Amino acid sequence: MIATAPREVVLRVNGVEHRGFAEPRVTLVDFLRDELGLTGTHVGCEHGVCGACTILLDGRTVRSCLMLAVQAEGHELRTVEGLAPADEPLHPIQEAFSEKHGLQCGFCTPGFLMSVEELLRDDPDPSEETIRSRLSGNICRCTGYQNIVEAVRYAAELTREAAA
Amino acid sequence: MGACARRIAVVPVGIQASSLRAPRADAAAWRMPSPHAPPSRLEPLVSRVKPPPFEYLAPRSLDEAVAALAEHGDEAKAMAGGQSLVPLLAFRLARPSVIVDLNGIGGLDGARLDGDTLELGALTRQRDVERLPGLRERCPMIVEAIEQVGHVAIRNRGTVGGSLAHADPAAEWTALALALDAELDLVGPGGARTVPAAEFLISYFTTALGPGELLTGLRLNVPNGRSGSCFLELARRHGDFAIAGVGALVTLDGEGSVGDARVALIGVGERAVRVAAAEELLRGRRPTAELFAEAAAAVQAELDPNSDVHATADYRRHVAGVLVRRALATAVGRAGGGDRDGAA
Repeated sequence: MIATAPREVVLRVNGVEHRGFAEPRVTLVDFLRDELGLTGTHVGCEHGVCGACTILLDGRTVRSCLMLAVQAEGHELRTVEGLAPADEPLHPIQEAFSEKHGLQCGFCTPGFLMSVEELLRDDPDPSEETIRSRLSGNICRCTGYQNIVEAVRYAAELTREAAA
Repeated sequence: MGACARRIAVVPVGIQASSLRAPRADAAAWRMPSPHAPPSRLEPLVSRVKPPPFEYLAPRSLDEAVAALAEHGDEAKAMAGGQSLVPLLAFRLARPSVIVDLNGIGGLDGARLDGDTLELGALTRQRDVERLPGLRERCPMIVEAIEQVGHVAIRNRGTVGGSLAHADPAAEWTALALALDAELDLVGPGGARTVPAAEFLISYFTTALGPGELLTGLRLNVPNGRSGSCFLELARRHGDFAIAGVGALVTLDGEGSVGDARVALIGVGERAVRVAAAEELLRGRRPTAELFAEAAAAVQAELDPNSDVHATADYRRHVAGVLVRRALATAVGRAGGGDRDGAA
């Protein structure tokens, strides 16, 4: 086998096993979108600056544009599609972003949602400073961030209520 | 952001709701032909791929990795966390024909604080060091420096060894390695050797790593006792490369004078630097604001920073001095010493 040729990649996304083919140079985000058809994860800058492609790899946020698809072989991924299944109510974080107008065009939103998922697991009641610091790796060109910060505070509240 | 941060008053709610919900993954109807499938599947290759083509090798042991790197020489590039290498590939600033992925090699990660030594495997994710229990209390400059590296998602993937081997002159880890007298373990075709950080770091993106050689781990000296430390940097935005950064560590003697001082800087030259002149000047003296200013002047006299689009050389030198003063004052305060009014 020529090592530059496409190879099979088997991984789990949102609890479901997926298989596809990828040349080694294909990044994980392109594989998710083009090969697996999981277009919820957005691709923005393609060099790790904008945060739009943020997903969870084995429970931790990563930039899916800064990993090769072949490196995800055998790993467990979570993407925005995994927050709430299609015909079920929105996830509390999605609910909060909707309620507090934490988005306008929505392009950056999948990355924000996944970053917030990890943030609220680490810190169920984050201060505004923590929120701003933790979301500094996600860029939004529409909102000016005010409503995103409010949405995260509200998401934390909803999550705490659900856990209580 | 700034002037661009305007908000549209009326937002169509329907658009918001649909943006929140990702499309269903199981809808076969819209599925595109696989762009990455082997040609035998007779589907067009329509992928938009930025990196150049390369062979991908995923060795399972250090020996295999060293052999692969030795075999392919300059054509090969080792990949750890990939947080610097993948962007370089995307821009085609790096065009290796072989990538040797180190992530499948067991036993190269792990962080352990044992006595005066912080032991780190080269593949340890930076976030795991940041969250090591007790580290912030023991040596705050380490955690403060790591917090300046990109963002959480970058540190979840980026490794300690990858950052050091990449040797960006603004890399926070290079300041930590110098300030904490790190010993680096290398393994290559000629066997294993240990080199001090001061010899490992040579220049812009250049280290003592020879052909086929890999960094496998390092030990940092974390002083116990009456010592305090601090890391400060100035960057345009959180997560950006530092215009200048300073790591300072001060150990006080029985009389409250400076027993030992270490001052390391990043972003102000071709590599991170320790400023011996400033460290010597501090030793044996009472820690006062005047002394910190003297040390800052000694640092400024030694530096020869570059001018670039982010900052002029003069500005970098100025910022370095200010940060040295502040970092020393904070480090001394944390060591439980100093003239509090003067240190403020």
